[in-house]
Amino acid sequence: MANKNITCTVNGKQRTFAVDVRSSLSDMLRGNAGLDSIKHGCDVGECGACTVLINGKPFNSCIYMAIWAEGKDILTLEGLSDTKGTISDIQQAFIDEGAVQCGFCTPGFIMSSIPIINKDTPSSREEIRKQVAGNLCRCTGYEHIVDAIEKTQKKRIAEKKQN
Amino acid sequence: MYNFNKLYEPTSVEEALRLKKEHPEALLLAGGSDILIKIREGKLAGCDLINIYMLEELRGICLEDDGSILIRPLTSFTDVSMHPVIKGHVPVLGEAVDQIGGPQIRNIGTIGGNICNGVTSADSATTFKTYDAVLELTSMDGIRLLPYAEFNLGPGKVDLRPDEIMTGIRIPKESYENTYGHYIKYAMRRAMDIATLGCSVNVRLSKSKDSIDRLRIAFGVAAPIPIRSTHAEESAQGHALDAALLEAVAEGALADVTPRTSWRASKEFRLQLVKELARRATKAAVEKAGGTING
Amino acid sequence: MNIIGKPLNRVDAYDKVTGKAKYTPDLVSPHALHAKVLHSTIANGWVKEFDLSEAWKVEGVVDIVTCFDVPDIQFPTAGHPWSTEPKHQDIADRKLLNARVRCYADDIAAVVAETEIAAEVAVRKIKVTYEEYTPILSIEDAMKEGATVIHEEKPNNVVVHSSYEIGSFEEAIKEKGLIKVVGDYETPIVTHCHIEPANSFAYMEDGKIVVVSSTQIPHIVRRVCSQALGVGFGTIRIVKPYIGGGFGNKQDALTEPLNAYLTTRVGGRPVRLAYTREETFACTRTRHAMKFHIESYIRPDGSFAARSIEAYSNQGAYASHAHALVANSVNGFRMMYPVGAIKGEAYTVYTNMPTAGAMRAYGIPQIGFALEAHVDDIVAKTGFDSIKIRKQNMMKLGFVDPVTTITCHSTGLEECIDKGEKYLSYTKKRKEYEKQDGPIRRGVGMAIFCYKTGVYPISLETSAVRMLLNQDGSLQVQMGATEIGQGADTVFAMMAAETVGLTMDKIHMVSKQDTDVTPYDTGAYASRQSYVSGLALKKTAETFKKKLLEFAGFMLKCDPWDLDIKENYIVHTNKDERLLSVAEVALESCYSMTNSQHISAEETHHCTDNTYSFGVCFVEVEVDIPMCQVKVLDIINVHDSGTILNHQTARGQVHGGMSMGLGYGLYERHLFDPKTGRMYNDNLLDYKLMTALDTPDLHADFVETYDPTGPYGNKSLGEPPTIPVAPAIRNAVLNATGVAINAIPLHPQRLFGAFTDAGLIK
Ligand SMILES: Cc1cc2nc3c(=O)[nH]c(=O)nc-3n(C[C@H](O)[C@H](O)[C@H](O)COP(=O)(O)OP(=O)(O)OC[C@H]3O[C@@H](n4cnc5c(N)ncnc54)[C@H](O)[C@@H]3O)c2cc1C
Ligand code: FES
Ligand code: FES
Repeated sequence: MANKNITCTVNGKQRTFAVDVRSSLSDMLRGNAGLDSIKHGCDVGECGACTVLINGKPFNSCIYMAIWAEGKDILTLEGLSDTKGTISDIQQAFIDEGAVQCGFCTPGFIMSSIPIINKDTPSSREEIRKQVAGNLCRCTGYEHIVDAIEKTQKKRIAEKKQN
Repeated sequence: MYNFNKLYEPTSVEEALRLKKEHPEALLLAGGSDILIKIREGKLAGCDLINIYMLEELRGICLEDDGSILIRPLTSFTDVSMHPVIKGHVPVLGEAVDQIGGPQIRNIGTIGGNICNGVTSADSATTFKTYDAVLELTSMDGIRLLPYAEFNLGPGKVDLRPDEIMTGIRIPKESYENTYGHYIKYAMRRAMDIATLGCSVNVRLSKSKDSIDRLRIAFGVAAPIPIRSTHAEESAQGHALDAALLEAVAEGALADVTPRTSWRASKEFRLQLVKELARRATKAAVEKAGGTING
Repeated sequence: MNIIGKPLNRVDAYDKVTGKAKYTPDLVSPHALHAKVLHSTIANGWVKEFDLSEAWKVEGVVDIVTCFDVPDIQFPTAGHPWSTEPKHQDIADRKLLNARVRCYADDIAAVVAETEIAAEVAVRKIKVTYEEYTPILSIEDAMKEGATVIHEEKPNNVVVHSSYEIGSFEEAIKEKGLIKVVGDYETPIVTHCHIEPANSFAYMEDGKIVVVSSTQIPHIVRRVCSQALGVGFGTIRIVKPYIGGGFGNKQDALTEPLNAYLTTRVGGRPVRLAYTREETFACTRTRHAMKFHIESYIRPDGSFAARSIEAYSNQGAYASHAHALVANSVNGFRMMYPVGAIKGEAYTVYTNMPTAGAMRAYGIPQIGFALEAHVDDIVAKTGFDSIKIRKQNMMKLGFVDPVTTITCHSTGLEECIDKGEKYLSYTKKRKEYEKQDGPIRRGVGMAIFCYKTGVYPISLETSAVRMLLNQDGSLQVQMGATEIGQGADTVFAMMAAETVGLTMDKIHMVSKQDTDVTPYDTGAYASRQSYVSGLALKKTAETFKKKLLEFAGFMLKCDPWDLDIKENYIVHTNKDERLLSVAEVALESCYSMTNSQHISAEETHHCTDNTYSFGVCFVEVEVDIPMCQVKVLDIINVHDSGTILNHQTARGQVHGGMSMGLGYGLYERHLFDPKTGRMYNDNLLDYKLMTALDTPDLHADFVETYDPTGPYGNKSLGEPPTIPVAPAIRNAVLNATGVAINAIPLHPQRLFGAFTDAGLIK
């Protein structure tokens, strides 16, 4: 099958990948870019484990064609920590609130929570639940995940007010 | 890796139309949230695709000079529900598509794909039915305007010719002006679910807000295709805002629906939902319109 | 205790929030071949013939294996410790691929190809000729005279039939004045839904077959693979990296035996066998559907005079864990209310349904539903107080089960009930909600449970742990016990730190098991690890500490008896004065020119005890009758699991279990085409795993007891939270509407039927 060069920004860096046009974005990011945080629980858009941000919005990378990534700005979980190992507040909140168990859903959840924690007004727990409803977790009952997102959002809003 | 055969990548609508004419068997790939799933399942494995997802011309929503709302087919559900034109004039459409799947599906799924896929459960379908939407179907030969009422031919079958692409959905001004709508999606889960039954209602009240001037109601999954209930609409016409109105709408709806038993739900249960959703959606629409149901 | 009991963050959390944690799919060689299994399109019959000609033509196909090619060996798959006594061994009733088709989507052939697509395409091109029989889907049909025999070893399709009687039931029911309550209860087939599907990859190295797999039980899988292939245990090496959940499904050999075989067919090249979500649902294991008939005789004072249960368990196509589940159910029936005469009878029956296996709490969610629904049925019929009658009859401290000898060494159940009652104002609300009308009503419900800790004395309980001192004074801890998301590595690290006297940062848990080097342990199941493996760890830590202190004594020229370790320092016993750091001891012990010793310890603990944990669920619901919907307004689980080792991870376990219980009570079930036996809802859109939006806020609380048999006073916690939720919801709906529904889940369609029958919907 035909290969094609796809140029996009991945975790802040411009990259070009030669991909089989039949590839999904997750095939490209895992296979060509080695971004293994992307997990697969269904391959058909039902579990959210493969969630990445494309131009700031969450998408299931398993049902997003790699060829659509041309020119896009893509963020994966790897993009949230630096080479020194410093992690973002939302990752730290997932650790502190005990929002992680088996961890297989975790990368997808953290990516889905980014648009929520970036909001300027606080979300109710119900709104948070709705915004992560495309991510399934069997381990946690979602309680600590919602806690982590809620706390991080509050923290960020407070920080914005201070500045 | 998706198992399809050929992939055509037009860079303009014109090129897409030409490709569609040359390869009528090739399927249009919009957001892919129906097609790619079927390829994975094997149902469409080995098919040819024309990728239209990148055609920006087919994205967006605007208010036309004549006041009609034009929605381009590649607009995502998220963009539909966030758009000021939708929020301002047909908020019920935004509310309906905001209940689709989860955030990721609403970002990738397109409104055109939802309509063209032709299933009775499509969450946008009932609202478009009630608003008498008109579809813009384009081919190399020109544009064919088709009332959405005539579009669904059977389960998964729509009146889309092999060389056509749907390029727009219009809601006429007369249709949405002074209307208030409500959509209820009944499903097993509150997200990530296909409707067991869907009901969209919109009303225009009399000036004094004490009777129905016009009521339109449509159901999904109450028949093989999304349907309007003319019986319910006729019996509501001019009706006072009282409990009898809700009963009249519910009873009228029963006359038009033909749900079936499947492993997901029985016919009898769906009939129960038809009545109950008709009542509740009508009540909610009336209240949004500033009316109150007495008694 | 300094460390045990603290709500510490998980030791693996950093890796998991940064994507560094490697799971099986992340370790597959990029040049691996891909295998796909051909699943049957009939549920009952024989494969007569294959036409492989078209499949072989697909570019990239490397090998095609059919049920006629695999070794003629039947093997068991259950994740039980092996028994050297033939009559206690698991039932060996399947081959790697089977010509005798026993369920829809049975494994009948496999393709190995250069790419996943090639394997997929080739599998679709295999043509199969079957001899087809009518599928037998229900227990009733399977037990009928003349039913098609599913396994020739069991001519009446009954895998096992067992019974027990405590006292004389017939005598007991002769007592005057007894009130009789009878009920029939039914639970559905549900599934584990771990988010990482079943998958493995296998290759050969050093004359061995290596299988890297998403499993809970690496050492058991090694044994199963060796049995399936007819090779020595030592020829197989299983590697278990991080896993994306298991919940009992991966307490069974799934893709591993076939994959081990496939790599041998292609010269040891790496082969990936990754099940799709659909295959994971339809072709791995499920929770047994069960049916119960319960009869109770109650004295006018509320005490139970006699109780009986008949239980039927739908095993599906292959034995897997077989009768162990329903045996656990009927035992649980006895243990919860161990008063009066009790008799139980249980059947496990083969059908042409998907194979049922272990799933969180192993048969107890089934009986938990039936029994606790039944107690509320007793309450409804007799007017006794729902809490009093439970307290009066439930297991008390010191109870010794007459059948298993498992003893109640500690119990906080009564306090759990009181805490839950108080949280919800249950008694008050229950009264208030008794007489309501109108379409939308509220109700409260509760249920209790007891649960064992590990599998002794029914099966072997054994565990080994190895500790190695690093030259910097930190500690490697190697265990066969597995981290599967439950937080095992974290509490093990805490135990090691606690007992050796180190701080948490000095403990390195070797999370990945490799059966070539990992000490033996049967793995994660039965909520056993913090108890059984914890005992082994404590024993090892004590030995290790002794050795370390001996060397410190040598260095300090004093008697090791006078020394202790506190926060990484050697101190005088009972004095906090720091004499030497553990790091100094470690460095010297390794590199000493006069007395080099590599300080390590390895101990086995053969556990011959067991204990019960307890808990309750209290829930308040709102029932929308015309919409046939139940909304959970408030819910709490209160648990007595002995010492809570880590409050953060413990709460997480309770929440996860509650959510699984909510799904069991309200949403989840597998549905099948009655004609073909094909699973209808084999994907996450149709299988109603609750989303975050469907889940209410979950409350977890504990009553901490100290269990004298647990290593740190702890007892089972991983599985139990899932048990009491479904019956509590069912009882709440009864309170709200007066309608007693004896089958779960209480999904809208079922409520529609029940409310229509009760005249609430016209
Ligand atoms: C997990 C999941 C959850 C979902 N939940 C819901 C839900 O809750 N409610 C719901 O209604 N749907 C749901 N869907 C279905 C799907 O998301 C929608 O139907 C969506 O609108 C499809 O649009 P698309 O562009 O992604 O689809 P595509 O697969 O690209 O297209 C769908 C069909 O329409 C045709 N088509 C697309 N655009 C055009 C056009 N412009 N002209 C002509 N033909 C065209 C395609 O050829 C194809 O046959 C769900 C799907 C998934 C995977
Ligand atoms: S793997 Fe992409 S949504 Fe499940
Ligand atoms: S932590 Fe295991 S699935 Fe979410």
